[in-house]
Amino acid sequence: MKKPLALAISAAALAFTSAALADDPKEGGVVNTIIQPEPPGLVLGMVQNAPTRTVSGNIYEGLLRYSTDLEPMPQLAESWEVSEDGRTYTFHLREGVTWHDGEAFTADDVVFSADVFHRELNPSARAVLQHVESIEATDDHTVVFTLTQPFGPFLLSFEAGTFTMVPEHLYAGTDFRDNEHNDHPIGTGPFKFSNWERGTVIELVKNEEYYEEGLPYLDGVNWHIIPDGASRAVAFENETIDVLPSGTVENFDIPRLAEMDNVCMTEEGHEYFSPFAMLWMNNREGPTADKRFRQAVMYAMDREFAKDVLWNGLGNVPLSAFGSNARFQNDDLEPYDHNPERARELLDEMGYDGEEITILPLPYGETWTRWAEAVQQNLREVGINVETQATDVGGWNQRLGDWDYDLAFTYLYQYGDPALGISRTYLSDNIAKGSPWNNVEGYENERVDELFNEAATAFPDEEREKLYREVQEILHEDVPVGWLMELGFPTLYRCDVQNLVTSGVGVNDGFKDAWLDR
Amino acid sequence: MVYARLILMRLFKAVIVLFLIVIFNFLLIQLAPGDPAAILAGEAGAADQEFLNQLRERFGLDQPMYVQLWRYVSGIAMLDFGYSYRLGVPVFDLIMDRLPATLLLTGTAFVLSLVLGIVAGSMAAARVKKPSGSLIMALALVFYATPLFWVALMSVVVFSVYLGWLPAYGLYTVGAGHTGFALVLDVAKHLVLPATTLALFFMAIYTRMTRTSMLDAAQQDYVKTARAKGLKPSIIQRRHVLRNALLPIITLAGLQAGQMVGGAILTETVFAWPGIGRLMFEALQQRDYNLLLGIFFFSAALVIVFNIITDLVYSLADPRIKKGAA
Repeated sequence: MKKPLALAISAAALAFTSAALADDPKEGGVVNTIIQPEPPGLVLGMVQNAPTRTVSGNIYEGLLRYSTDLEPMPQLAESWEVSEDGRTYTFHLREGVTWHDGEAFTADDVVFSADVFHRELNPSARAVLQHVESIEATDDHTVVFTLTQPFGPFLLSFEAGTFTMVPEHLYAGTDFRDNEHNDHPIGTGPFKFSNWERGTVIELVKNEEYYEEGLPYLDGVNWHIIPDGASRAVAFENETIDVLPSGTVENFDIPRLAEMDNVCMTEEGHEYFSPFAMLWMNNREGPTADKRFRQAVMYAMDREFAKDVLWNGLGNVPLSAFGSNARFQNDDLEPYDHNPERARELLDEMGYDGEEITILPLPYGETWTRWAEAVQQNLREVGINVETQATDVGGWNQRLGDWDYDLAFTYLYQYGDPALGISRTYLSDNIAKGSPWNNVEGYENERVDELFNEAATAFPDEEREKLYREVQEILHEDVPVGWLMELGFPTLYRCDVQNLVTSGVGVNDGFKDAWLDR
Repeated sequence: MVYARLILMRLFKAVIVLFLIVIFNFLLIQLAPGDPAAILAGEAGAADQEFLNQLRERFGLDQPMYVQLWRYVSGIAMLDFGYSYRLGVPVFDLIMDRLPATLLLTGTAFVLSLVLGIVAGSMAAARVKKPSGSLIMALALVFYATPLFWVALMSVVVFSVYLGWLPAYGLYTVGAGHTGFALVLDVAKHLVLPATTLALFFMAIYTRMTRTSMLDAAQQDYVKTARAKGLKPSIIQRRHVLRNALLPIITLAGLQAGQMVGGAILTETVFAWPGIGRLMFEALQQRDYNLLLGIFFFSAALVIVFNIITDLVYSLADPRIKKGAA
């Protein structure tokens, strides 16, 4: 029953592509969609959580945009050059771009955004900016980034959610977090902020002055705020809502909704993030400190079952630490298949005495709770004494930040390149209390540190590939964390919403090209 | 005069109680696991030490606890509730923003449950040992025992998914641009399901209480006297039985009214009603302590106000109580 659903998606995607080619886009109409949870604010860079990225990616823009194959595409920069030594990046900005308040967008805005605004506020941009020596505007429409050394994924860092362009004329010299314009975000994007009824809706309207000829087609996008998952499903069912962005309904509702008339579904549009579900395993103490125990956990888990039953057959069971959407995957590694026999052998070998360990599910809804139950059952089958502990988001953050756990579910974005989204989990200088997004498991391996650090700055890509292949072999053997799944987070929508997903971040910047065939 | 003194005394006590509540809440919240800065950082999906330090400094969480407490209490004394950590908006504005929606929902449910409950209870009392009386009591028991969120979900399934009569969620139709009377009508439609859901539980309680209390009052000597002097049964029921039976109901109504501003977390969540209950629940999940404390304060203040009002209403219903209070 599960396979056909995945097939149906590709069929729907095909049908949809040909339909889009056949018709000329129609103008007008408002799309109703969902944002969950309600974002804390809409100024990207100042706030970076997923819902803010989703809404504000349509208000703000970055220099580049990324295809579903993660190839850079022009956005605010219409072309760019990389120097021979991989240290100098020159961006040529599009002319005639204005902010929503009418001011012209220039190279000074880029320098301000990158060098001042993001350096002060934005931890993910800071991680990239540490490789940047200088940022200069050589004229009104040219910006030159000079790096301290080559940095392979540099071109992948200009997505709107990570490196948002913010208006210098409104922010320079102010206290950014107290700036009066934070209530009314001003970007360059295809949609303008119109209204936010807290707890009810965020309304965006068409930017009539948008610089791309003819775009956007839609008159506006309404992001409804509905806190309960079942109510969100109902709102889609009774056709108040046209688009359900990924992760807005529980997985068990998806097959039912996907089978409705005039409902299409796509798995595309999450390639840039490609959320990778993992099981943190505490490398510091307890049975999980033993490599053989961690390997046993990998053999004990039936990951294909979780994929088919809990995730509707969508997504991908990874071989090791590098997902299929990250580059440089080493596919020569021996997969950790479901093999309870092997798991028991490993546990015998290490002399596991039945010490009780705990598992923390991710407090993000029913699917995760059930997944933890499935894993608990798998582990008990091979003789591991495991108990589930429920927490809320606050408690989960605290437990991970304090390293107070044995096994814990999480998922991390891969950002298209190992140096952006993967190495952070394994580098030993990334061990620090207080954050659930660093090297939480406490894995330390000098060779791994060396390889990751070299690979990040190696040039060209062939050099990087060699280093990354080796690092994957080591990680595959050491199992610092459990690799569960690259998650398939489908987007559901009425089939007459055309051209919705056109980039590797999906609806985060998708309404720009979308139109309604009504 | 007697009323004025009563109210003044109660207000004076209320200020002291509120002050203690503020301090108690502040300390209580320190016991919860999880730190607001870490949660905001976790939500951002990326965090370095600098980010965490910036947040802590901004919220004043880097200060010792007594300094934080002093700042908070002195702020409250000047009616400054501070800023929400997560939303960066003054807490007072957030609460005022949500208060109308919550009062509309809880107020409607309050009136609905009280009126229908008393009517149904009186009817049941008048029909003791008759099938119709038993039916009312059975229904009341069902509503009393059914979980609120289940009733909410089922009413959505029946009335908005299958029948399509009523909107499933929200305060108004987004994007319809209604104004004036059309808007009132639109909001009223949206109000039906959540208000009814919320009212059912209390209605059941009022029904049961009214019935018991009326049956009790009907046994009293003054009712026999009234009957003996030849009053009409309907007048006896209304003037002598119901009025005396009202006291426990007023107590309960006072309790329910006090909870009105706290909103109704489950109902507001299922029906996406933009009220204070949801705000409070989200604040709790986000460890948005300033906001949470602000909501606690308002709820506490309202409970106290309604307790005072309840006492006044007692003395209206039963003049003997006034003497005691004075």
